[in-house]
Amino acid sequence: MARRRSIGELAYTLVIGGLASLALVILVGPVLIVLATSLTEGRSIRFPPTGFSLQWYELLLDPVRSSQIHRAASNTLEVAALSALLACVLGTLAALGLARLASAAGRALDAFFMSPLVLPGLAFGLAALVYFTLLGFRPSLELLIAGHLIVIVPFVLRTVGASLTQLDPALLDASASLGAGRLYSFRRVTLPLIAPGIAAGTFLAFMASVDNVPVSLFLSSARTDMLPIRIWGMMESTLDVRVAAVSGVLIAVAFVLMVVMEWLVGLTRRMRG
Amino acid sequence: MSIAVAAPVAAGAAPLRRDIGPWALTLPLGAAYLAFFVAPLLMLLAVSFYADERMTTLGLRQWERFLGDPFHWKVVADTLLLGAKTVAATVLLGLPLALVWRTAPPFWQRMLLFIVVLPLLTSVVVRTFAWIVILGREGVVNALVLGLGLASEPLRLLQTELGLVIALTQIEMPLLMLPLLAVISRIDPNVIDASASLGASPWRTLFTVILPLSLPGISAGCLLVFASSTTAFISQSVIGGGRLVYLPALVWQQAMVVSDWPFAATAAVMLMVSVMAVIAVIALVGRVAAGRIGG
Repeated sequence: MARRRSIGELAYTLVIGGLASLALVILVGPVLIVLATSLTEGRSIRFPPTGFSLQWYELLLDPVRSSQIHRAASNTLEVAALSALLACVLGTLAALGLARLASAAGRALDAFFMSPLVLPGLAFGLAALVYFTLLGFRPSLELLIAGHLIVIVPFVLRTVGASLTQLDPALLDASASLGAGRLYSFRRVTLPLIAPGIAAGTFLAFMASVDNVPVSLFLSSARTDMLPIRIWGMMESTLDVRVAAVSGVLIAVAFVLMVVMEWLVGLTRRMRG
Repeated sequence: MSIAVAAPVAAGAAPLRRDIGPWALTLPLGAAYLAFFVAPLLMLLAVSFYADERMTTLGLRQWERFLGDPFHWKVVADTLLLGAKTVAATVLLGLPLALVWRTAPPFWQRMLLFIVVLPLLTSVVVRTFAWIVILGREGVVNALVLGLGLASEPLRLLQTELGLVIALTQIEMPLLMLPLLAVISRIDPNVIDASASLGASPWRTLFTVILPLSLPGISAGCLLVFASSTTAFISQSVIGGGRLVYLPALVWQQAMVVSDWPFAATAAVMLMVSVMAVIAVIALVGRVAAGRIGG
């Protein structure tokens, strides 16, 4: 009996440990492989990469030969910054309202606001294209901002909502009983306490916009090219090694921003909800 | 990328007295949703009822075209199956990782969480590209297989469904991990210790204690993985290739290549309806599980 149990325990450790290790390799491996590939000396994407050089990064930074990529990157940053800013303001206001709506209607409104997370983004992307075109709009960054706002605002709602649940109501009562007005209490008590949640949500919203494919796929045009769509085009046509270099830059930026946000506002804790 | 959908809303945490009206605070976002979310989706539905490409006459022709052709039904089924396979693979790998995470020391817990979140913040396109490097003819897997003499010819992994499911497993796994870790960290360790000290094997503890208690997290994660993998157009088309047709490719091709908006709209509505139906079922399972734990 004792021996049978120990065999079962050994099997448990082996199976669970093995699968967990595989999960780790699958999560981390691709990131490292892309970084290694981007440093190749060769002219094609193969593994293991031959030699070491920064030639693909140099080509990527070349303002003339990579002008289309630069333009797409600046469009992407502009759309992400403005849509994240809008998501921050509108999302925080709505989260403050939703936190005080305990009714079934309030919960339904919350589910409605969160629905872009699970609704097929591609269907929404086409819907936005059809809608804006039939209303007579030409493709522009403003339309991309409006489309992105919808798919990124749930991140702000979730993190700000979580911060608000952790807010001790006694603090607000204390503030009120000491004679503070509602706006003053909000500015001096609520806002400082939920600020990390707002920052984390806005950061996630920003990254989601940079990353967005389904909406940009339909709303971007030759003039309003977006980075993920341009990279996709490069992957489909020539598969030049600059794709690896762009990827390397994006990975490095995400890594640095994540470390900074973790240090400033405890990002991963907030994402765990 | 996303956060636990299952996390409950701040249920009346701060009764701030009846004042400016909480509804008013939700008004600006509500207006934005009406203008940029509800109206476009309604318009999409309306466009699917145009009988011709130039959108002059109304009719059910697009729906007859879509529903009357077995090919389209196969595309719907393949899309949902792709989502199901991805969900199964992410749970098979993600759950053990969560179990290891649960018992890891705090420092390693933070490192693991970091490793889970980082891929989430690197673009989907980058992650898709990574899998081309790994699965391609001159890729990592083939370099290994040929180097070890396991095969004499490079394996064909790109443009197969197996390759696509492997890639989507990595691409979507963080979406499962975040809600799963949130739920699994809230399980009272005493319950698990009690199970073990009463003589249950680790397997039995896993299936009768840990798994039922993590179901709300698993269902919240599966929901996001399913939604994301069924709409992952770029991963599907770049790794799956042209021979594997899923609904997103059909929508994109009809809208942007053929310029047949009414038919593209029909396919998009089908994508929405079929995915949301599966998601409703997954959410229901999670809700029932959560209710059982609560009661």
